Amino acid sequence: MTNERHEQAIHNLMEIVERIYDQLDEGAVPNMQLSLRSKKNIEFNTRENVWRYGSMLTDRNAKSIRGAQMLLRTLHMVDFIKNMVSSNKSSTLREMYYISEGWGHGKFGSQDESNLLAEDLEIVSKSLREDFKLRPEEDGARVIGDLTLIETDRKGKRKTINCRDDVGDSGYSIPYNVESEKVDLKSSGAKFIVAIETGGMFDRLVENGFDENSGALLVHLKGQPARSTRRFIKRLNEELKLPVAVFLDGDPWSFRIYASVAYGAIKTAHISDYLATPSAQYVGITASDILHYDLPTDSLNDQDIAALKSELADPRFQDDFWTSEIEAMLKMKKKAEQQALAKYGLDFVTDTYLPEKLGDMGLM
Amino acid sequence: MHSSEDTASRKTEGRSIAHKLADKQQEISVTEFFEKNKHILGFDSRSKSLLMGIKEAVDNALDACEEAGILPELKVGVSKCDDDEYVVMVEDNGPGIVHKMIPNVFGRLLFGSRFHSHRQSRGQQGIGISATVMYGNMSTGKPAHIMSKVDDEDTAWMMDIIIDTKKNRPVVSNDEPFIWADKTSGTKIEYSIKGRYITGRQSIYEYLKNTAIVNPHARISFEDPEGKVHIFERATDIMPPKAKEIKPHIEGLELGDLQKMANSSAQKTMRAFLKNDFSRISDRVASEILEKAQVSENFKTANLDRLQCREIMKAVEEVKIMAPPTDCLSPIGDTLIKKGLKHVLEGMRPDYYSPPVTRPPKSVNGNPFIVEAGIVYGGEIPVDGQVTILRFANRVPLLYQQGACVITKAIESMDWRRYGLEQRGGKGIPYGPAIILVHVASTKVPFTSEGKEAVANLGEIQNEITLALRLCARNLKGHLNKKEKKKKTMAKFSIVQEILPEMAQKAAIMLDREVPNLDRTISRIMNVVWVEPSSQTSKGGLRTIQYRIFNYTSTEKSFRLHARLPRSCLNETIISDQLVDVSEEGKVTWSIERLAPSARFTLQFQLDGDMSDVFDEEDIYISGLNPAMVMGADPLPGDWSIADMDVTELENGDGDYVDDDTDDDEEEEVLEDDQ
Repeated sequence: MTNERHEQAIHNLMEIVERIYDQLDEGAVPNMQLSLRSKKNIEFNTRENVWRYGSMLTDRNAKSIRGAQMLLRTLHMVDFIKNMVSSNKSSTLREMYYISEGWGHGKFGSQDESNLLAEDLEIVSKSLREDFKLRPEEDGARVIGDLTLIETDRKGKRKTINCRDDVGDSGYSIPYNVESEKVDLKSSGAKFIVAIETGGMFDRLVENGFDENSGALLVHLKGQPARSTRRFIKRLNEELKLPVAVFLDGDPWSFRIYASVAYGAIKTAHISDYLATPSAQYVGITASDILHYDLPTDSLNDQDIAALKSELADPRFQDDFWTSEIEAMLKMKKKAEQQALAKYGLDFVTDTYLPEKLGDMGLM
Repeated sequence: MHSSEDTASRKTEGRSIAHKLADKQQEISVTEFFEKNKHILGFDSRSKSLLMGIKEAVDNALDACEEAGILPELKVGVSKCDDDEYVVMVEDNGPGIVHKMIPNVFGRLLFGSRFHSHRQSRGQQGIGISATVMYGNMSTGKPAHIMSKVDDEDTAWMMDIIIDTKKNRPVVSNDEPFIWADKTSGTKIEYSIKGRYITGRQSIYEYLKNTAIVNPHARISFEDPEGKVHIFERATDIMPPKAKEIKPHIEGLELGDLQKMANSSAQKTMRAFLKNDFSRISDRVASEILEKAQVSENFKTANLDRLQCREIMKAVEEVKIMAPPTDCLSPIGDTLIKKGLKHVLEGMRPDYYSPPVTRPPKSVNGNPFIVEAGIVYGGEIPVDGQVTILRFANRVPLLYQQGACVITKAIESMDWRRYGLEQRGGKGIPYGPAIILVHVASTKVPFTSEGKEAVANLGEIQNEITLALRLCARNLKGHLNKKEKKKKTMAKFSIVQEILPEMAQKAAIMLDREVPNLDRTISRIMNVVWVEPSSQTSKGGLRTIQYRIFNYTSTEKSFRLHARLPRSCLNETIISDQLVDVSEEGKVTWSIERLAPSARFTLQFQLDGDMSDVFDEEDIYISGLNPAMVMGADPLPGDWSIADMDVTELENGDGDYVDDDTDDDEEEEVLEDDQ
C-alpha cells in the first residue's frame, strides 16, 4: 500500500541522511536542528487557531555522546522505515525499539527514546509518523453513535459501518490510521460529539441511551487521547461539521487532555494543525461545577498543585476562563471525578448535568 | 643492596653468625620476665593460642634470616589430630641453631639474643617461642620436636623438648644427629597444641598474608588443616637493609630499667656506664648529668640504688642530649610496600595503589621510630562496610585489639570525606572499597601490652601516622578525580572511535557512496591531544609500556612527555628518536615534534626486573601544551625538575581539572503531555 505520501516521507528522510553524510565528508560535526519541544516554544497560530512550535531551535550534534547516538539512531531508523515501506510492512514503536538491538551504538535506551525520535523525524521531514509505517502500541478508542463510515480493511475490502447499528456495545474501534484512504467518513445523524475521558462515564452514557436520545456521537478518549483519536475527532468536526464537547474529570490532568484536543499538545505541536480541534469546548467538570453541584471531592496532592501552577505558566491556558478555573481549583484545593455526579443517581448526568451544560453551550 | 654480598659471604662467615648469636643468647631471670611482662602473653583464647605460636615461630624465623642475610623461605603447616588438638609445623631456611643452644632457645623462657639489644626486630622480648613450647607441653602433654642444621656442619640435630616450669629448664629426649637432605641450614619446629582453627580477620591465613605484604622478600607457604596449600610467592630478591644495633638512649628509659642496667653493667663507674652503655652521651654530658643528680662520677654501678636512679632521670630531663641515631631502623620503603601490596592483593584487582609514604625518622621517649603508610582502593575490594586496616609493627601484622591501637585512632580522627571515602560525621573508621596500611617501625615499639597487639597511644606517633596517611589520602583523591575525568573522556572517545565510524558506514551504505574520511570531523569534536597509556606484562615479568598519542586537533603540535621510571628496570628499549633525557632518578623526557592533525604516534618501551610493576603507566606528564587541550596525561608538576621530585606531593593538583564539556549537551526538556 505504498502511496505518494510514503514516497514523499522517504524522500524527506533521505535528505537527512544525505545531510549527515555531507557533513562528515566535509569534515564538519554532524548536526540536526529541531524545534525546541518545550512549552517555552509554543506559539498560537492565528491562521490555524492552534498552538504550534515557535522559532526556537535545539541543535543536536555529535559533540555529545547523546547527540551522536541520536544521529546514528536517526540513520538506522530511516533505513528501517525505508525497508518497511518497500516491503509493505508496518511496525509498532515498541517493535522498533526491540529491532534497535541490532543498531550497534544506535540502540535505544528506552521505548520513550524511540517514540521521541519518531516525532523528531516528523518534524524534520515534515511528514507524519503514519507515513513512516510506524504505529503506536494501542489503537484509538471507541465510538458509539449515528455515524456511517467506510473502512478499508487489511484485505483491501471496503466495509460500510454504522457506529450505532453495526457494532456491539463496545462500539467502533478507531484504527491507528484514520486518514481518508483508510476511513471514509460518509454521514452522521448526530448533532454533536461528546468526547469522554473515562470508560465508566462512556458506558454510563451508552447505557442511558444518551447517543440516541440526545443525538450525541460518543467518543471515548481513554485518558490522554491517542493521535488517531484526536485526528478522528478533528476530521468529524471538519468534514461532518459536528461540534465537539469534551467531558472530563475535574483535575489538572484533565485540563491538559482538553488542551491537547483543542489547542494541540506540546509534544506534537509540529502537527497541531492536523490533530487539534480548536472549536472543541470544555464541558466539565469545572471548579465551578464542584461548587455549584456540591460534588464529592478529593484533596489536591502535591503533584496536582505543581501541575496547576505549571498550567498557569502554560501559554495555552492564558485566557480568562482557564486562569479563573485554575485559580479557583488552587484555592479550594479540591478536585472531582466525572463519576462524582452519581451522587445524585445514575441518571443525573444524562437527565440534568449534561443537558444543563450542553444547553449553555447551545448544543442541546 | 646487601643481599648478594651477604649470601656470598655467608659461607665463610656462617660459623661466626651462628656462634655469635649463641654468644648473645644469655640468660634472663624469670623474675625479670615477670616484672617486664606484666601482662601475660596472648594465649588467652584457643583460636588465639594457635595463632600466637605460629606468629612467634614465624617472627623468629624472619628475624634470623634477616640477620644472616638469607632470603627467607618459610613453610607453615597446621593439621588437626584431635577435636581441639592441632599439630603445628614451622620450618625456615635460616642460619640454624648450634646443637648445644637448641634446648635453651626453645626450652627456657626469656632466653634470647635480642632482649638487651636496641635495634628494630620482630621478636623483641625473646619470650614467644619457648612460651609456645611450654603452652604446647601443658595443653597436650606432648613434647615439641625440633630439627636444626647450621651451614658449616654436615649433620643436623633433632630432639624433643619439654619445659620444666619450676626450674625454667628444658628437658631433652631423643637427641640425635641426622642427615637433613637438601637442607643447607634452617630450623623446624613441630609441636602439638590445644586450639581452635578459625578463618577470617584474625586467622592464621590472614596473619601470613599480611606478613607477606610487609616482607616481600619472603616466600611463605601454608598448609591449612584441610590440606590446602596457600603460597605467598617472593615478590623481590631485595633484602631489607640490616638494622644496626644501637645502645639505648637514656631518655627512653624507665627507672627500673636504668637500675637493672647499671647493676649488671660491665662498666665499673657511673661515668663510664653512662658514656659507654648509652648512645649520644659524651664525657661532658655524662659529667653534667651526674653533677646535676649529685652522684659521684666514680660511684660503683653495682651499688646504684633507686633513689639515685630517680635523680639521674630527673637530671636527664634537664640536660640537652642529642636525639637517638635512626640508622638502627629498617623501614620497608615505599617501593617495597607497593611491591608487597601489589603482590599479595592482586587477586582483588585494586584500581589504585597510592604511592606509599615513608616518613622521616622521629623519636619518642628516646626511641627512634618511622611511620609508613599506603592505601589501596577499588577493584574487588568490598564497597560496603568499613575499610580494612592493616596494622604492622616492625613488620609484624597486628591482628588483635584494633580499637586500642594508635593507628586506628589516627585513622578515626581524620576526615576522610575530603578524600573521597564515606565517613559518618567525618569521624570514625571510614567506609568504602579501601585498604589502609600503616607500619610503625622502632627499636622499641611502645605496645599497649606485652601481647604486642596494639601500639600505644602516643601523640608523636599519631601525628606521624596522620601526616603519612594524609599524603596517601590526597593521592587517592587525585586518583578519584582523575578517574572521573577519564570517564568523561572515554565518552568522547567512544563518539569518535565507535559512533562516528558507525554513522559514516551506515550513511555510506544507505546512499551507496564511499565511506567518508572522518579525521577532520574527529579533530573538530575532540580538539585535544590524546594520550592513551596501556601496559602488558609477559609471563617472564617483562612489562611493555605503550603510549598511543593522537593529535585530535586541527593544527600541528609539538610537546614533551615525562615519566618517572624505576631506574633499575630501564634497558635499551627506552632509546628512541623521541628520547631527550634520562635523569639519575629515572625521570625520562621524550619530545614529540610536529605531530600533524589527525596523526598518531606510538611510544613504546619495556621495563624488566623486579621493580617493573611498581610503575603506573597512568603517571604520565606533558609539557608544552595548554593542559585544557590534553587528555590522558597530567600537566607536568612545577617541581618536576627540582632534585628528587616526589610525585606524590601534587598539592595543588587536586581537582582543578578543566572541564571542557559544558556547552555540548543538547537541551533536555521534560515534555509535559502524552502522545
